[in-house]
Amino acid sequence: MLAVAPVRFDATAAHLLPIAITVPIVIACVLIAGRAMPRWTSDALAVAAALGVAGIDGAALASTTANRVVAWAGGWQPRHGFSVGVVLVADPLNAGLALLTAALMAAALLYSWRYFESAGAHYQALMLLFLAGMQGFAFSGDLFDMFVFFELMGAVAYALTGLKIEDRTSVQGALNFGIINSLGAYLSLAGVAVLYSRTGQLGLAQLGHALDHQQPDALIVGGFVLVSCGFLVKAAVVPFHFWLADAHAVAPSSVCVLFSGVMVELGLYGFARVYWIVFGGTLPGDDIRRAFVVIGLVTAVVAATMCFCQRHVKRLLAYSTIAHVGLFLVAVATLTAEGTAGAALYVAGHAGVKAALFLLAGLALNRYGSVDEWELYGRGKDDRLTGVLFLLAGLALAGLPPFATAIGKGVAEEAVAKAGYPWGPALFVIVSAVTGGAVIRAGLRIYFAAGPRPHGQGQPATRGDEERDVSTTIPRHPPTMMLAIVGLLAGSFVLGVVPRWYSAFGNAAQRFVDRNGYIAQTLTAAPATVVHHLPDVSWTASSVVLGTVSALLAVVFAFAGLYHERAPQPVALVGRAFGPPLRVLRGVHSGHIGDYAAWVLVGLAGIGALVGLPLR
Amino acid sequence: MTYYAYFVAGWLLLVGVYGIVRSRDLVHAVVSLSVCQSGTYVLLLSVGYQKGAVAPVFGSTLPTSTPVVDPVVQAMTLTDIVVGATVTALLLAIAVQIAKRHGTVDPDELVSLEG
Repeated sequence: MLAVAPVRFDATAAHLLPIAITVPIVIACVLIAGRAMPRWTSDALAVAAALGVAGIDGAALASTTANRVVAWAGGWQPRHGFSVGVVLVADPLNAGLALLTAALMAAALLYSWRYFESAGAHYQALMLLFLAGMQGFAFSGDLFDMFVFFELMGAVAYALTGLKIEDRTSVQGALNFGIINSLGAYLSLAGVAVLYSRTGQLGLAQLGHALDHQQPDALIVGGFVLVSCGFLVKAAVVPFHFWLADAHAVAPSSVCVLFSGVMVELGLYGFARVYWIVFGGTLPGDDIRRAFVVIGLVTAVVAATMCFCQRHVKRLLAYSTIAHVGLFLVAVATLTAEGTAGAALYVAGHAGVKAALFLLAGLALNRYGSVDEWELYGRGKDDRLTGVLFLLAGLALAGLPPFATAIGKGVAEEAVAKAGYPWGPALFVIVSAVTGGAVIRAGLRIYFAAGPRPHGQGQPATRGDEERDVSTTIPRHPPTMMLAIVGLLAGSFVLGVVPRWYSAFGNAAQRFVDRNGYIAQTLTAAPATVVHHLPDVSWTASSVVLGTVSALLAVVFAFAGLYHERAPQPVALVGRAFGPPLRVLRGVHSGHIGDYAAWVLVGLAGIGALVGLPLR
Repeated sequence: MTYYAYFVAGWLLLVGVYGIVRSRDLVHAVVSLSVCQSGTYVLLLSVGYQKGAVAPVFGSTLPTSTPVVDPVVQAMTLTDIVVGATVTALLLAIAVQIAKRHGTVDPDELVSLEG
């Protein structure tokens, strides 16, 4: 038997991590047990729980600036490099991500203060369980635990997607989401089993230690590809992305905030974490960089194109999320601290903006009973304030300085260019401008009746007729809803203007890529390595200029979308040439679960080939 | 014989995906997903298997030097089964709801989410 070693770790900070996971679970149970409690009590309890978790995460984040926080469950620390315990590890990056999760959850619950009047407390309970799953996934330092939390947040997310069980599209979206994500999870688990068969370990640090300097043979590559594919399904990377548009289009808006703002990014986080810690010492960086920069590029381009073609506003936002995930993946795949810092800051800025946009779409749905850009043409003319917020969020999405999206994009662009991809900045500018432009176009049509009234049919398209999130139309926007929206946008703004906050991402990224430090600190409680070269995260001339260019280009794209029918003859001819390939691309997004499953296998084989073949 | 179990695991995973791809019925698709998952059970258990080893329960009669099969993968399989049961139940409930709302469970006839 292993004896319990004396506690050598910082006990107070280490105790915070499990509490961040258990608090939401306990409160969720209380909410379910106390179903009869008045509506406002359960609302208040849920918001308080989310804020409490945010406070815990904030405290964890504060104690990780110089040192990782390592919590071995039950004190089962490793003895002589062998461990049967499971571990939670917090560094600034995942503590920050957990904080973002809790903050978004608080905003979503605040927004839904008057939502789902008939739904009862199970909505809040599910949301809190979802929060627990995401907290656990972020903090876990153990591959099998990551799978368990992945499935916990997955199963709760399927239920939340299908919350409006009377809605036709809602249940179909939930099923597509559930099957594809579970398939991804099982691929991950198969990868975990493969890695366990080689090393007899499940902890990330132990696995990394065991695989250090090993020749990357078929088993290691296979394990890596399987595990990463599972996480990339969650991250909605092409060709695993089909479920995302279906799920986001049909889930309640407050749930989409979590899906788009942070759940998808957690998949990317899991992929990056597993690569760095487990495979950083065995798979050559050049190989991984090449493979995943390509995948990120394809994801960004495909999704930006699909985004611009949508008329269902929430679906449009969903494709915009996929496009941004492509950009995040390109930045992360540079495998540099700069790229990671840029991606992390971009994720944080994007989360606030995209969450605000989903909530604005939710306002439109509640008010007008539709989120169809064409049907809502001019319907919001009496609601200019919301319209202005919508346009502002569209510009911020495109990267308008000083929003955090702009500085994150700027840092990522520089890192990608420095890593040997000179086309990187152009990709970031165009993709963010196209997705921002699509949002601005929708905002101009709905709230300002700009451009000619859209018409036309025959296209295979998902229309935006959806069941309301609430049973009755809400005549005036309740202050809690507006507070959540303005707060989210302000968060993204403030993150971009407070130097202490955005520059902290440099330290976070440097710690994230410091795999030797992670392994040593987790396994032997070694003191944190001193970091000398922090990536510089600050506003530069190029990030301001490229951000402004993106925002201007977004406005140009928006007006091109509004007035494309009045385009002069030669331009219209060029535009028509894009018709057939676009129809093929849209046809591929068939909503058919069998097609999606086939694409998962295609993606698995493709990533296997991209990673494995150059290593032969 | 050593590789047989791994072959079965891979086969189950692939045939499960094939089932989802070719499915004409959502209940069939959800069950195919469970078949995929059974592949992971077999894979996990075969990873921990040792020829001639006994179950990993050390009572008063079993000397501690006896070879036993790996208990960790068994615990993982058990967790996996619990997860699988939850997900299958939830997905089947959603399939029932789809049947009520759409009047069909044939994926080819569900066309509300295109493009």
